[in-house]
Amino acid sequence: MAGLVKKVWLFYRDGFKNQTWGRPLIWLVILKFFILFAILRVFFFRPVLAGKTDAEKSETVGENLTRNHNNTQTNNLNEQPWIPSSGPVSSLP
Amino acid sequence: MDTVLWSRIQFAMTAAYHWLFVPLTLGLALVMAIMETLYVVRKDDFWRKATQFWMKIFAINFAVGIATGLILEFEFGTNWSNYSWFVGDMFGAPLAIEGILAFFMEATFFAVMFFGWHKVSKRFHLASTWLTGIGATISAYWILVANGWMQNPVGTTFNPDTVRSEMASAQAFWEVVTNPVAVSKFFHSVTSGWVTGGVFVVAVSGWYLLKGREREFARRSMLIGAIVGLVGTGAVMLSGDSSGVHAAKYQPMKLAAAEGLEKGGPRAPFSIVPGVEIPGMLSILATHDIDGVVPGINDILNGYTDNEGNVVPSVAEKMARGRKALDALAVYRELKDSDPDSAAVVRKVLDRNVQYMGYGHLEKPEDVIPPVPVVFWAFRLMIGLGMLMALLLLLALIFSWKDKLDKKNWFYIAALCCIPLVFICGQCGWIVAEVGRQPWTIQGLLPVNVAVSSLSAGAVKTTFFLFLAIFALFLVIEIRIMLGAIKKGPQITEN
Repeated sequence: MAGLVKKVWLFYRDGFKNQTWGRPLIWLVILKFFILFAILRVFFFRPVLAGKTDAEKSETVGENLTRNHNNTQTNNLNEQPWIPSSGPVSSLP
Repeated sequence: MDTVLWSRIQFAMTAAYHWLFVPLTLGLALVMAIMETLYVVRKDDFWRKATQFWMKIFAINFAVGIATGLILEFEFGTNWSNYSWFVGDMFGAPLAIEGILAFFMEATFFAVMFFGWHKVSKRFHLASTWLTGIGATISAYWILVANGWMQNPVGTTFNPDTVRSEMASAQAFWEVVTNPVAVSKFFHSVTSGWVTGGVFVVAVSGWYLLKGREREFARRSMLIGAIVGLVGTGAVMLSGDSSGVHAAKYQPMKLAAAEGLEKGGPRAPFSIVPGVEIPGMLSILATHDIDGVVPGINDILNGYTDNEGNVVPSVAEKMARGRKALDALAVYRELKDSDPDSAAVVRKVLDRNVQYMGYGHLEKPEDVIPPVPVVFWAFRLMIGLGMLMALLLLLALIFSWKDKLDKKNWFYIAALCCIPLVFICGQCGWIVAEVGRQPWTIQGLLPVNVAVSSLSAGAVKTTFFLFLAIFALFLVIEIRIMLGAIKKGPQITEN
């Protein structure tokens, strides 16, 4: 097993070391990953819901899904007789 | 412009940039695998050198294209957080499989392909070359499973407790994986990559002939490129036909917009350009039956009866039911802990209307109409350029097969002009697919204005211009390195 790991390591190491035209490409890929993960991800693309628990994420998204709608629409659950056909949702039993 | 529009522009730019590299990767992977197979089977060293040259071009394209797709995932979390959470359960599996496959298959076999010449056996090297292409193709499948689900959300149910679309069982996963929209989209996208690769190889070979260099290499490469491109063209046409049938069934508004069809019905005409129509052709293409019903934009707005005899409600009715679903969702979330019995009753209202939930966010029925001129002309440009590519590839096949490539400068120049055109053709396809499904991020469930995060337009604008600068820089670098490699040539000594 150790022999195989060593073989694989040497294969990759020599492969990278012996690159001629591929060398600038490898640097290009490294530069790109640096820009992506060390700059863009850290400073510009922080996930909006990061740091919240799953329950909090559900709460936030549920709120966002119903918020705009509640601002512009009236409640129309009138197929249920116990729910008033108008008025704000918060007034429901 | 507002946050939604800037977020959409940014996502469109990133996806379009990503799609510059993917089709060439898929196409060149097939070209070099065929060439290496010829090398192993015929034991002709010419094909090894030819393979190594196209592999170099493949590597340059791969190096610049690598990780451009990751930026899309950054944007999901930042710009589209509501959407990202909503689809998280469903997207998790295919994207994880894609990531693992991409990493293990491509990292392993890509390395063997590049570092393994003369270090591993010929057959193992050949297998690695094929597996690199197959790995990239399988990766594409999982991405398109995710995309196909957004166009036709099968196999999932909306869970109001988690506010997510979830797969409840292995059966549901299977439904998602075999979603007919994803399957036809996969074949259409991958085989369009073969066309791109084929045209690129033909054009670069044409450049060598124009310069009077590498004649035999150019002729043989052109033959392989033409065959790959033509096989791709045939497959694109077949999968395009099935994409049309699926659009008619699952996204009729997209088809109506692509055709600019206001009033549909049986024997619907296919419009070549405005004012020039083929009677009944659209019905044949969309339903494989001249009497098949293809609804127009107004039919969809007002409601119609589909080909299975189902009455499709008007958009106004869907909006009413969508609002009912959203009301029920809001009440359910308020009552579920304090009054579970009432919450259970409200849940039933939600479940009855949830398929129209997204419509509840719309302000007016006309909001379901995508930008018709954009979709209409992108569709025509895609088909027109596709036919031009087919003609180019056919000529390349005839000229290279009959060895009549000498002194055809007009053809070499035409082939070179087709490099940007084949990329424009692919981009037009995505414009039809993605602009055509507006206003939905998830068909019928989530419109773009609700999927977006609460960010300021300024913040999105800043990252848009940042990306624009970075993408432009990397594209210039790629083109320079690639042109350098092409100018240097395969360095095959020819008799």
